[in-house]
Amino acid sequence: MLFGSQRRGSETRSFKKVCLSSVATLSLLAAGILSAAEVNVYSAREENLIKPILDRFSEQTGITVNLITGGADELITRMDLEGANSPADVLLTVDVGRLHRAEEMGLLQPVESDVLTSLVPEQYRDAEGHWFSVSLRSRVIVYDKERVDPAELSTYEDLADPKWAGKICIRSSSNIYNQSLTASLVSHHGAEATEEWARGLVANMARNPQGGDRDQIAAVAIGQCELAVVNTYYLAGMLNATSADQQEQAQAVAVFWPNQDGRGAHINVSGAGVSEHAPNRAEAIQLLEYMVSDEAQIWYAETNNEYPIRPDIPVSDTLESWGEFKADPVALDQLGIHNTEAVRVMDRAGWR
Amino acid sequence: MIKHGAIIAIIALCLLLSVPVLTVFSSIGSASDGVWAHLADTLLWDYIAQSLMLMTGVGLLVLVLGVAPAWLVTMNRFPGSRLLEWALVLPLAMPAYIIAYTYTGMLDVTGPVQGFIRDTFDLRFGDYWFPQIRSLGGAITMLSLVLYPYVYLLSRMAFLEQSVCVLEVSRTLGAGPWRAFSRVAVPLARPAIIAGLALVLMETLADYGTVQYFGISTFTTGIFRTWFGMGSSTAAAQLSAVLMLFILALVLTEHWSRSRARYHHTSTKYSRLPQIRLQGLRKWLALIFCAAPVVLGFLVPFLQLAYWAWDTRHLVDFSAFSELLFNSLRLALTAAVIALVLGLFISYAKRLQPNLLMRSSVRVLSLGYAIPGTVIAVGVLIPFAWVDNSIDAWMQQQFGVSTGLIFSGTLVAVVFAYIVRFLPVAMNTVDAGLGKIRPSMDDAGRSMGMGSWQILRRIHIPMLRGSLLTASLLVFVDVLKELPATLILRPFNFNTLAIRTYELANQERLTEAAASALMIVLAGIIPVIIISLSISASRPGHDART
Amino acid sequence: MTHALELNNVSVALEKTPIVQHIDLQLNEGDIGCLLGPSGCGKTTLLRAIAGFEAVTSGRLSVAGHLVSEPGFRVPVEKRQVGMVFQDYALFPHLSVKENIAFGLKHVSATERERRIDALADMLRIGELLQAFPHRLSGGQQQRVAIARAMAPKPRILLLDEPFASLDVELREDIAREIRAVLKQDGITTILVSHNQLEAFAMADEIGVMKAGQLLQWSSAFALYHEPATAYVADFVGEGVFLPGTVVDDVSVSTELGVLHSDQSLGHEIGALVSVLIRPDDVIHDDDSPATARVLEKAFRGAEFMYTLALDSGARIQTLVPSHHVHAKGMQIGIRVEMDHLVVFPMETEASAAP
Repeated sequence: MLFGSQRRGSETRSFKKVCLSSVATLSLLAAGILSAAEVNVYSAREENLIKPILDRFSEQTGITVNLITGGADELITRMDLEGANSPADVLLTVDVGRLHRAEEMGLLQPVESDVLTSLVPEQYRDAEGHWFSVSLRSRVIVYDKERVDPAELSTYEDLADPKWAGKICIRSSSNIYNQSLTASLVSHHGAEATEEWARGLVANMARNPQGGDRDQIAAVAIGQCELAVVNTYYLAGMLNATSADQQEQAQAVAVFWPNQDGRGAHINVSGAGVSEHAPNRAEAIQLLEYMVSDEAQIWYAETNNEYPIRPDIPVSDTLESWGEFKADPVALDQLGIHNTEAVRVMDRAGWR
Repeated sequence: MIKHGAIIAIIALCLLLSVPVLTVFSSIGSASDGVWAHLADTLLWDYIAQSLMLMTGVGLLVLVLGVAPAWLVTMNRFPGSRLLEWALVLPLAMPAYIIAYTYTGMLDVTGPVQGFIRDTFDLRFGDYWFPQIRSLGGAITMLSLVLYPYVYLLSRMAFLEQSVCVLEVSRTLGAGPWRAFSRVAVPLARPAIIAGLALVLMETLADYGTVQYFGISTFTTGIFRTWFGMGSSTAAAQLSAVLMLFILALVLTEHWSRSRARYHHTSTKYSRLPQIRLQGLRKWLALIFCAAPVVLGFLVPFLQLAYWAWDTRHLVDFSAFSELLFNSLRLALTAAVIALVLGLFISYAKRLQPNLLMRSSVRVLSLGYAIPGTVIAVGVLIPFAWVDNSIDAWMQQQFGVSTGLIFSGTLVAVVFAYIVRFLPVAMNTVDAGLGKIRPSMDDAGRSMGMGSWQILRRIHIPMLRGSLLTASLLVFVDVLKELPATLILRPFNFNTLAIRTYELANQERLTEAAASALMIVLAGIIPVIIISLSISASRPGHDART
Repeated sequence: MTHALELNNVSVALEKTPIVQHIDLQLNEGDIGCLLGPSGCGKTTLLRAIAGFEAVTSGRLSVAGHLVSEPGFRVPVEKRQVGMVFQDYALFPHLSVKENIAFGLKHVSATERERRIDALADMLRIGELLQAFPHRLSGGQQQRVAIARAMAPKPRILLLDEPFASLDVELREDIAREIRAVLKQDGITTILVSHNQLEAFAMADEIGVMKAGQLLQWSSAFALYHEPATAYVADFVGEGVFLPGTVVDDVSVSTELGVLHSDQSLGHEIGALVSVLIRPDDVIHDDDSPATARVLEKAFRGAEFMYTLALDSGARIQTLVPSHHVHAKGMQIGIRVEMDHLVVFPMETEASAAP
């Protein structure tokens, strides 16, 4: 990965800011700096999964990209506290709940862009343009190929059925993807029914929730459990891993797309929005448009095994092998709206 | 006497540094939309119980791992004892979250150890028993393995300073080595041991990475869950405030319990430490007992990381490492120097003017160590952003220019957060050193016409050299390992080794994270060894013979 | 009979440097012995060897008839049943006075323990201090507590290392007498180490003078003073000077102050050059005496003055004079010598260098 010389430059500027005693000269200097085209990104996607594409953007446009990565909630808190003077232009998150929360807090501004509205399907963007998705992933069931007959599997709801007692591995309820999945159930069935479902699921767990999604897959592979609920790109990542162990573990399981006879599999998105007080609004929109361009979308699909947001972009070979699936058409902001309720439901159900 | 202006300046400094902690505290009164009722119904008791169990477990284990080896290497000679004297401090260079990832990678059901057991004996999962690494017991073990050096260091320092006479007296009164250890040496070292234990327990309470990874619900994971999961930063801050009260109660209880007995020595004579050469079975038992913490807390995870780093070398961009390393070292060095200077001045001011205002502001400051880094970071963000925005508004009004954010989002904010979090470590160490300098030294200096500043410069600082070195190096190593505050507060395009490690580990790419994790450990080893050696040299009359 | 303490040809080395060599001494049950000597003479090392902290490189060391140390063998300190009071007392700062005293009483019943503590507290007059912590005590109180603590387990032998060094000078002798009374009352065999002869005289039944790792003489205080075995002992114990003289007959020596007679045979050849020990109490100020000396210095001692006088030859002697007799420096005063026992050593260069 590249660490261009512009990194050093911006950092020195931060130092300079502090050192200069006169506030007035400082502001003039700052104004001078801002005249060079740049865009500031707060990203919840880790550096190695975003920096390469930002670098290509810089190369093509000459716009300097400044980056901070971190947890979405921390970044949102920082933006909120920095207020009107926040340098953030673009907020990038890896789940829709956080985009929704940022929007609710008034941190994002509506954007009108023909490129974005034409390329990003309506379902995957905010109606007013506060945020746009850039990639998709689904939370699916994986099962032990030897011990589970896929005919037994059907829906997320079915995971609460006592027939799976002691057979399910799933990570903690602190995980945002589980919160979103539960939020989708709350939006479809209401809190009460979802709580009952969560209780059933907890009763069926093979072990206390622990580890990440890869750990759940590995646990199925070695026989600690028969089913696990995981995001698609983790399984794809293991199948393409350099470690022979990981490949072997991933090959021991198969993907099951839930709720295909009903509303479809639960999906989540990574996406971005332009900050309410963005100092570089034009560049920010330019960056968002670039992220749904052919080049960026193909990179996403290939490098991280995510589903491109544009239906016309081919998926990676690994994803191709799992076939087509039907996605839950629920409005994505529902996941954000019901997130807090989902956490409370999981708390009450004893999902640790 | 020290000038009034200086005292006021130091109290003002204490208050400034207390702002983040007080910001957190100030949330206690606000309403939090029924989050508390929900917590009380569901997880609150879990948080309390698990936190208490974790603290008890870690507390007991670090005492065993820290105090007993400190005694063994200080008072005895056995194979490897000279090496272990300093090697026992090495786990200090190992961040808790990294040792947790490493052992999990090795010992989890899907790891190589259990895989080997299954393959060798042709077993399936469930056919055999193996301890669950991701459990409360696992978390206790991991945290203890990297935190015990605080107890080891401080109790070793105390043992080195003990007058040999009291130990010899106990022997003439019929006490064997065990009784001399348990009835005399340990009780005498109690303030030092408790100080080490307090650091450990505060770190334990503040830990997020390890407990979260192991799925333990403690107060700290509760704070994060409440904040992020439920979006209630108020309730999260209130939980943090409760956490601080917890610590305060702990500190006061200890203080109260020892108020009657004094621990400075009634004896002033020091002689050579009579190191006993252990024989037979005893020497091997001592070796095993003292080597175990080093092997488990350092060597095994270190080798595993090295193996992973080698295995993934083609995936790692080493060219970026020099910059990451430079950034990590630069921050650690800056924070260490500032913490040292502030710690020295505040401790010295407290010595000269031990009034209530001074003591209470120092107490508030010392809470910083127990607060999770993320919470501190928010406590720093709030006042910094407020100041920046206020200046900006004023400048706009007066001159029509916008100054934007001046301090927020710069390294100043990052270092400020480090100071708030780690200054207590420096102050503790300096305080302990100052406590050993008798007031008569100050008086002697004064009688020769020196002012407070001269006394500090010409008497105290030279006498405190060891303590000052230790204080700054402890902060250095702590900053090297620090993650959450750096992550939130850093400026654009600024990365450290800890951030790189975390980001890869967070993507469940443990083996790729190993290279940068290894760098953190390597960067921390040298300061850790220096600390250890300077403590060995700290014995009063180190070279003198009587 | 067996002695409470017996050393035969004991030598001790620290890190291969010999510190004390070839020590022989015995102490009877209930007696108090004192090792007297200047700092660095090895007395504390010998005490520590008796306690068991240091190994012996030669000889045998027995306590109450039991061998406790010989080369290659050493009963551990904690098994010896020796009590020790350190110079700085080394009280346990984390324990109250009562807990300090009770520390060595682990194998006795609670009632017995209470009784023993009360008895010691009574004896050493520290009853009111039992609940206090050491840092609150004065030096003298700390010493009593340290002694009570060492005596509590009824050691076979009690060792005191410079017990009075940390106390006010004026108090030392009183306290020494008082402590002696306590030790005698308890019948405890004791060895103390001191560099101060007055303490030694006040405390001890038997005194040994040590010099450079050697024990020069081991005898009663009286014998030490009046029958010193060597010129060093004579010089170190008590005050006095050596005056050169010539042996006139078996019982007489001729000196600058006239011919001095002893009540017993001197055992020196007639005509031999010798040094005669003249103690201040042997020299009497007498205005009528034909012999005179010039006042060089005088030191006020309350009831008396200690005068340092120069004889015509330049030799110096000392005398004690009641303090109402005042003589200015430089005056010639009359003196005479009155002694019935002479301490005489062959002339040595060392002996002539009197203090």
